[in-house]
Amino acid sequence: MNATWSRFNITSIVLGFAFLYLPIVLLIVFSFNESKLVTVWGGFSTKWYVSLFHNQGLMDATWVTARVGVISATVATVLGTLAAITLTRYTRFKGRVLFSGMVFAPLVMPEVITGLSLLLLFVAVGLDRGFFTVTLAHITFTMCFVAVVVQSRLVSFDRSLEEAAMDLGAPPVKTFFQITLPVIMPAIISGWMLAFTLSLDDLVIASFTSGPGATTLPMKIYSQVRLGVTPEINAACTILIAVVAIGVIIASIANKRREVQRQRDEQAAQRG
Amino acid sequence: MTDIAAAVSPSAETTALPSRLAQGFISRLVIIIPYLWLLFFFLVPFIIVFKISLSQTAISMPPYTPVLDFADGISGFLAGFRELNFDNYTWLTQDALYFNAYVTSVIIAGISTVLTLIVGYPIAYGMARAPASVRPTLLMLVILPFWTSFLIRVYAWIGILKPEGLLNQVLLATGIISQPLIILNTYTAIFIGIVYSYLPFMVLPLYSSLEKMDYSLIEAAKDLGCPPTSAFWKITFPLSLPGVIAGCLLVFIPAVGEFVIPDLLGGSQTLMIGKTLWNEFFANRDWPVSSAVAVILLLLLIVPIMFFQRAQARAQEQDK
Repeated sequence: MNATWSRFNITSIVLGFAFLYLPIVLLIVFSFNESKLVTVWGGFSTKWYVSLFHNQGLMDATWVTARVGVISATVATVLGTLAAITLTRYTRFKGRVLFSGMVFAPLVMPEVITGLSLLLLFVAVGLDRGFFTVTLAHITFTMCFVAVVVQSRLVSFDRSLEEAAMDLGAPPVKTFFQITLPVIMPAIISGWMLAFTLSLDDLVIASFTSGPGATTLPMKIYSQVRLGVTPEINAACTILIAVVAIGVIIASIANKRREVQRQRDEQAAQRG
Repeated sequence: MTDIAAAVSPSAETTALPSRLAQGFISRLVIIIPYLWLLFFFLVPFIIVFKISLSQTAISMPPYTPVLDFADGISGFLAGFRELNFDNYTWLTQDALYFNAYVTSVIIAGISTVLTLIVGYPIAYGMARAPASVRPTLLMLVILPFWTSFLIRVYAWIGILKPEGLLNQVLLATGIISQPLIILNTYTAIFIGIVYSYLPFMVLPLYSSLEKMDYSLIEAAKDLGCPPTSAFWKITFPLSLPGVIAGCLLVFIPAVGEFVIPDLLGGSQTLMIGKTLWNEFFANRDWPVSSAVAVILLLLLIVPIMFFQRAQARAQEQDK
């Protein structure tokens, strides 16, 4: 143990993590509550999960949310990666300041402003509100997060690898697909996952830009929460948390394994 | 390293002309696609918001009168300029409700930002001083709640803060209080909600600047007889300032326009501008006034947003 990692440091980490995780743990525990009251324990039960799967409205909303999430995250990852390349590789072109402003501002822009402005755009160009408009809105705000994630990987990327490939005669496009892309792939994957969860999570922008027939899960949860807190919502939330947690854990294990493999290869190369 | 490679590499000079043209075309495409997307879906909408904020409500779909329309040709467009009216803005300044909502939002966001910094700093510091082998795990543990739904995490606090909720049950059972505390539907609940939801945004930039710090500076100060507290204020804190600024902006700017937290935890008694805009739009169906509210909110935030962008650009330069 590092001597400088004092008792104060450990205490603040433990307390901080308790604060971060306690509400989530309680939420999960009470999804298995027999009683309808969300705060009084009445015995173990899985009945809320059963009733959840019979709630057609909630199931439909889940399906809409999943589709919006996959489509918007995929498009946002492509656009965000292009934006990241632009930001790191092309340091001089007309309107670069405006471009970096448009990439960074959406990260902190209050959602009510983004939602309202996109809605007014869709109305102005005459697009019917629904599945398509929510997807476009989600692409727009999540691509900036992807751009930041990919950009941080590109900045630390050793460009001499690319130079070497091009010196050996590889055209730039081939160099990109064979050298650059594999190296920044982990960042692209985590960018996709970030975009997907942000889309899954969004209530405000979806409420503004969605129309009849395209109710997303957060919109459904929000309208039910307003009517009163029920354990069914806890059950829905627990499933969402489980899906995300499993995804993140699998991704980090895969990442770690790749890292170990890479180190082993490097050692082997040095020995050889 | 990269500079040397760039200087030594002759590739730019030796590449054949046609392929250089193709490269120029592709690189232009790489810039143009995200550029146009953001122009159309991020910048143009703001112009439309401003335009609609100058119109009047009407009972039609969309529910506002046309303003600065090109339907009458250029002369009609120019004539429209003379007829522009800022009634919605005058109305916003005359009604104390809106002014109070703006001021309250800025104050609440400011206090919450300071609270988040106070809660987040020890966590980030503890993480940065942790053994290098534990750090990735700690980092993942900070990020993990961020991956779970924001709405759900705010919702979880309702069950804790309610008068008959878990916090009051625990405090009553241990005899610390004799009457249940009223926290839900007050500003206190909003503070708790913002600190809780935005904590990872504060911890991550703080951690990355604290981790880069050279701790031998602290050792040196200690050897020279500097007490730990003044070593912290004279060395650690100033060196972590970029992280402090980035973290505070990441919390403050979205918190000013926050809707979900004041709506779910603040109840009907509390007043914040994000909620006012939402109600103006969804309950009153007054698109022009909600646009005017959005324009003023944006003007309020434009300076902090520009600070944020410059801080980001500078951090990127340093990483190179």
